[in-house]
Amino acid sequence: MSFSEIDYAGWGRALRAQGPVSRPESAADLAALPAAPAAGLRRSYGDAALNDGGQMIDMSRMNRLLAFAPETGDLTVEAGARIGEIAALMAPQGWLPAVMPGTGFATVGGCIGQDVHGKNHHVSGSFGAHVTAIDLIQPGGRVTTRPGEPLFRATCGGLGQTGLIASATIRLKRVPGDIMLVTEQRARGWDEHLALLDGSKASYCVGWIDATATGAAMGRGIVEEGEPARGIVKRRDTTSRVPMDAPHFALAAPIVHAFNWAYYHRVPARGRSVARPLGDFFFPLDRIHDWNRLYGQRGFHQFQCVVPLASAPALHDMLSEIAESGLASPLAVLKRMGPGRAGHLSFPMEGYTLAIDFPNREAARALIARLEDRTAEAGGRLYFAKDSLARGAQIRAMYPELPEWQEIVTDIDPEGRLTTDLIRRLNLRSAR
Amino acid sequence: MTTTWIVLGATSAMARPLIRDLAAHGAVMYLAGRDMAELEKLAADCRIAGAPEAHTVKFDARDASNYAEIVHNLAATEGTLNAISFVGTMPEQSEIDASPDLIAGVVMDSMTGPATFLTRLAPVMEARGNGVIVGISSVAGDRGRLGNYVYGAAKAAFSTYLSGLRNRLGRSGVHVMTVKPGPVDTPMTFGKKMPFMTTPEAVAKDILRGIEKRRNVIYTAPIWRLVMAVITHIPEPVFKKMSF
Ligand SMILES: Cc1cc2nc3c(=O)[nH]c(=O)nc-3n(C[C@H](O)[C@H](O)[C@H](O)COP(=O)(O)OP(=O)(O)OC[C@H]3O[C@@H](n4cnc5c(N)ncnc54)[C@H](O)[C@@H]3O)c2cc1C
Ligand SMILES: NC(=O)c1ccc[n+]([C@@H]2O[C@H](COP(=O)([O-])OP(=O)(O)OC[C@H]3O[C@@H](n4cnc5c(N)ncnc54)[C@H](OP(=O)(O)O)[C@@H]3O)[C@@H](O)[C@H]2O)c1
Repeated sequence: MSFSEIDYAGWGRALRAQGPVSRPESAADLAALPAAPAAGLRRSYGDAALNDGGQMIDMSRMNRLLAFAPETGDLTVEAGARIGEIAALMAPQGWLPAVMPGTGFATVGGCIGQDVHGKNHHVSGSFGAHVTAIDLIQPGGRVTTRPGEPLFRATCGGLGQTGLIASATIRLKRVPGDIMLVTEQRARGWDEHLALLDGSKASYCVGWIDATATGAAMGRGIVEEGEPARGIVKRRDTTSRVPMDAPHFALAAPIVHAFNWAYYHRVPARGRSVARPLGDFFFPLDRIHDWNRLYGQRGFHQFQCVVPLASAPALHDMLSEIAESGLASPLAVLKRMGPGRAGHLSFPMEGYTLAIDFPNREAARALIARLEDRTAEAGGRLYFAKDSLARGAQIRAMYPELPEWQEIVTDIDPEGRLTTDLIRRLNLRSAR
Repeated sequence: MTTTWIVLGATSAMARPLIRDLAAHGAVMYLAGRDMAELEKLAADCRIAGAPEAHTVKFDARDASNYAEIVHNLAATEGTLNAISFVGTMPEQSEIDASPDLIAGVVMDSMTGPATFLTRLAPVMEARGNGVIVGISSVAGDRGRLGNYVYGAAKAAFSTYLSGLRNRLGRSGVHVMTVKPGPVDTPMTFGKKMPFMTTPEAVAKDILRGIEKRRNVIYTAPIWRLVMAVITHIPEPVFKKMSF
């Protein structure tokens, strides 16, 4: 199977890599590959799917749906199948992936590798909770792992270190149809925002937060709740594309301020309920292809942390620091998480998670470093899918199951042939 | 009414999004090619995506012995019958220069095989008086050039064949569309920097739109119509000195 020398980047485009990449199309291609780390569609912002100077396997063309059992909802797919394509094909037939991240371009392999969460994490747990089998190609051979096994736990959220995920079986859930009934409500400030999130009874719930609002409006935003439903809504067939890198002032503070003001006031003060196509609710950003170019050539970072429920005040202080800094972009999300996590290195914990994009500039990097320290102090955790700046020492305290994971991984890949830039940056595979 | 599609070269990287789309819209699929294990996986994908039936068919462009039998089976289907061919191979021109015997195979894959099959299928479609035949040719067939002129010659032959077939079948209501892709992001081009590269997803959209509008010849990406208009008008004395 041939490799081509390629330049590539994480979704944030701040971290880049160069090296030989192979993109298998068939089972025969897959069987002919050497042991190397795998990537999906590289929707991880940082360096989780980068291997600078080393080989990389791009799984995005291994995307066939292999088997479906309507009695259970079990769908077996090749690991490169995208969540969005599965949703689009299966929802009209009454089925939906039980957990979907905020982009439909995430592949099943990537969703397992990061044990991703969706807008329903508080009720449904993480992606791995709905996986019933994972077929791995390890340096030593092929194995299938199932829930309950240590290898399964090490693979969910395992950043690809337990072997290449060739295919997996996920259990879909029944839905009445392929539209969403969405209720949007204004939250006028931080306390009201948390109260709406805490009080939500909906299956899907997420808060958009205006990270530029200060004073009494600090923490204001829109809480969106959704339920799958059956019906007919107008679909926008068109997607747009960002044709080139935007100039650096495109997301300057006054523009973000104005955008956020408008976005907040778009929802009437009394709130509203609307019917939307599934994709508009779950993957709002996917309609604009290559939107990551809006941040210009230098790229951007996303900061995402989760803190325990009791640390809500610490999160409040973090958000004030962000708001005061004037560095935030319009993409900011607040969500209440449940306890569900399927792997040793899974991100979720019961609490609140905050995710915000920042342009890749010195002041923003310094702010993110302070936010990371605050996260550690608050007993919280940073997300490997988003991180590109953390340091190894911080991460250890956040992921107490790291030693158990390391033991399993070392056994499978003693020579470290599956390591990626993220693994090396954070020393995740060494004892300290 | 049932819509049936036979896809020659169904394992083609370029074909997959189109196959998925046809299946999701409820077409009965006949997936034809050489690698039966891969075809079985594609058939499973089609059934899950919504195809009422998906069959695999052994098809080799270099062996016409079972074409009559395939056509016989297709003749037994009901509703509209449609066919599309993605078959083709492109060895490096340098390899061909070193072993000219490769030329026969290149011509069989891009021209003789698909044309033999489609010519057998034509009367069945003519009799039904509807349906579409789509042939994937290439911009390389519009003018012979240094880098791939044998492949280009085979595609030129196929384009000419399709043009004649269109002339014949148009009379009975069967539409024939020629597709001329420029570079598409497939294993043929992976890792190479090429101008106006498009994706298999975009090719699928262009083909479906072309069918809907009953276009005769489409270029994908569409910009290649313009590029090739320019290239085919470069005077030969100049062109023969160019290398790209
Ligand atoms: C707009 C946007 C919104 C997002 N929203 C959310 C969200 O709501 N919730 C959330 O949890 N995440 C979210 N994310 C993050 C995203 O879901 C994860 O980064 C996910 O892992 C991306 O999948 P991918 O296929 O691109 O994987 P990649 O980023 O390519 O890879 C992720 C990891 O999995 C490994 N991997 C991938 N495929 C394989 C394989 N076949 N075998 C072995 N290892 C493999 C890689 O080595 C890497 O460690 C979002 C990202 C974007 C861009
Ligand atoms: N990729 C591009 O940039 C590009 C540009 C212009 C035109 N094209 C044309 O577009 C078509 C699809 O290309 P692609 O990129 O998808 O290439 P591909 O993946 O190599 O597809 C070629 C298809 O032809 C089949 N095939 C080859 N020889 C055959 C034979 N003797 N009998 C039966 N089937 C045979 C292959 O089957 P197997 O799987 O069995 O090999 C495969 O399904 C080709 O006709 C190509 O010439 C491609």
